[in-house]
Amino acid sequence: MTTAIEIKEYPTEPLKCWEQAKNLRKNYYEDYLHSHERGGLRWAGGAWSFSAIPAGLGEDVYCITGEPYGATVAFFKDFASKCHDATEAAGFPRTLCAYMRNYWGSILLDKYILTDGTVVDGYPAPDFIWQDHICCSHGKWYQLVKWLEKKRGKEVPMYSVDVSVGYPSDFSSEEDYKVNYIMEQLNDGIEWLEKVTGRKYDDGLLCDAVWNEIKATSLWAEVCALNQAVPAPLDEKSMYSLYVMGTLMKHRPECVAFYETLRDEVKDRVKRGIAAVQYERFRVITDTQPPWGFLKIFREMEKYGAVSVGSLYTFGLIGMWQYQPDGTWAPKLIPHKKPQTRDEALQTIVRWTMHKPEWAHFYEPELKTKMMESIVKQWKVDAVLLHYNRGCEGLSLHIAENRFGLIQAGIPVFPFEGNMGDERDFDLAGTMARLTAFFESMGLKKLKE
Amino acid sequence: MITAGVDVGAKYAKVVILKDGKALARVKVLVGFDVLKSASDVFETALKEAGLSRVDIQRVVATGMGRNTVLQKPPINADEAVSEVVADAAGAYQVVPTVKTVIDVGAEEGRGIKVEGGKVKDFVINERCAAGAGTFVEAMARALEVKVEDMGPLSLKSINTIPMNAQCCVFAESEVVSLIHSKVSKEDIAKAIHDAIAGRISSMVLRIGVEKDVALIGGCALDPGFLPPLEKELHSSIVVPEFPEFVSALGAAVIAANPTR
Repeated sequence: MTTAIEIKEYPTEPLKCWEQAKNLRKNYYEDYLHSHERGGLRWAGGAWSFSAIPAGLGEDVYCITGEPYGATVAFFKDFASKCHDATEAAGFPRTLCAYMRNYWGSILLDKYILTDGTVVDGYPAPDFIWQDHICCSHGKWYQLVKWLEKKRGKEVPMYSVDVSVGYPSDFSSEEDYKVNYIMEQLNDGIEWLEKVTGRKYDDGLLCDAVWNEIKATSLWAEVCALNQAVPAPLDEKSMYSLYVMGTLMKHRPECVAFYETLRDEVKDRVKRGIAAVQYERFRVITDTQPPWGFLKIFREMEKYGAVSVGSLYTFGLIGMWQYQPDGTWAPKLIPHKKPQTRDEALQTIVRWTMHKPEWAHFYEPELKTKMMESIVKQWKVDAVLLHYNRGCEGLSLHIAENRFGLIQAGIPVFPFEGNMGDERDFDLAGTMARLTAFFESMGLKKLKE
Repeated sequence: MITAGVDVGAKYAKVVILKDGKALARVKVLVGFDVLKSASDVFETALKEAGLSRVDIQRVVATGMGRNTVLQKPPINADEAVSEVVADAAGAYQVVPTVKTVIDVGAEEGRGIKVEGGKVKDFVINERCAAGAGTFVEAMARALEVKVEDMGPLSLKSINTIPMNAQCCVFAESEVVSLIHSKVSKEDIAKAIHDAIAGRISSMVLRIGVEKDVALIGGCALDPGFLPPLEKELHSSIVVPEFPEFVSALGAAVIAANPTR
């Protein structure tokens, strides 16, 4: 249906750093694949892991983080389908974490997928696993990877850091016992890394990596904060391709450099009034990972003049934030000086990581709701689309509580069921029909087909 | 002002023609493979019943899952299409002005809608499975070899509670077959089926909260076996308006009469 309503039109233009983002991600996947040919090491672990720590083993150490890899698999539906079949044929239920199943499936098929969808024969086994255990699946995920690799004839040593102490209880200062609990594990982990790789650990590289991570994660928050502008300079669908760098290589200098370039470009877009969506008139945020195979829902939303300006997920999985004295949410200020010793580096990265907003999902739903309310208010959001993501128990935990909290705060909420990594759990037509009903109930009509 | 609402649903197409708030015609027909033809036929029948022709109708609003089929397409030439949720709210408010919660259970979909003054405040729709909708009753009637219209009265004869746990319509049919083999009576199975649907619908509606008055609309509201277990599950009395299966079409006709709403 087309309406004759006069809607303000904003200028739009593609992001100049888009190609740079694509290349960074492409190189990351290929570096992991080819690292042995260059005499380097490769490791596997989650995007949440303390990735700055293995960086002390040398500059030729490459990782593949599991969740982004699972998402990449999900984006290429044919390959994802084969991965699902492989994991289910191996006896694993389809109710488990979808990223984990995609990842296991890739190993079971002995195939590795690159960012352009090219499927390479031979899954590149890691030399070691460096993981943390944030949700019920994270540690188990890689225990099983270790088991699968053993069946393929490779012994892969594994180390997992327990972070169950959670975030600081008042979110303004970190309790020492929590910091020490994680620090001790990281200290032991460094000894373990030296032992299993036979390499001497370089504390200078560790300090560099920690400093890079702090800068990169603060910079990403700065980028997200710029999206408070009306019109929004970025839409969430594009942000997915940008935040991902932090999930892959938050500790690397390329990530810092890219986020600096991006921050400057987004600043310039705000200054010039460049919009992500031409007819922005309704702003939403989402929650949790999207159904990766169906990102077209964001383009459908644009037909109503609706733009998703982000989410706690896109802002807070990588971005680091803090509450200001006036109660507003702002990018976390980086420490005054770069760490100079191993002890300083570990202290710094643990204290920093404990403020990761995405940890809130796991410990206290009210805290997550509060953060979402802050985003709604500061980013001038009209409604929240909650993805009841059946593929991720961790980030969907308490999501119905969040819905209640937001509704009680007077914020319109549209929940929809889906799965970030398994298209069988997502009904595109049904979701679009419901979303249409929701937009209509908000007084929106389709502007264009 | 004469308006029409066309509800092109999964199973039936329904038309209500309204003149100054009064229904001149209410007609429904089974939807065939050719959705446009089914909707056009029922529209023509409704016009005939009202003694009108298309030019007499100032505005037509379509709703239902096939609403876009008739949008600006002859002979109906609907002026606008609105979602079922919006039409339900407007229609229910028309027939039950005190309504705060609308439950619409049709052939393929169940919906719960919180309403204020005929406008949608919040809503929930069942995801994917038909085990909480009318199609489920039809499928189970086939398994029990009884007419679908007999299922409700049959269920009311039972005082036993038999759990039916399958969340999928197909698996639920297997469960019914198991009950048949276990020599459970048709009455008890019919009640188990109605209890199961009521359970699925109520757990969905409770997500948005139940506020009185509660109205039950849609084809399933015609099934007398559905109301008692739903009232029990929701701990609330429920109003079933006259012609409950036409409420969505009525809502569309009401919306057609208020284009600047």
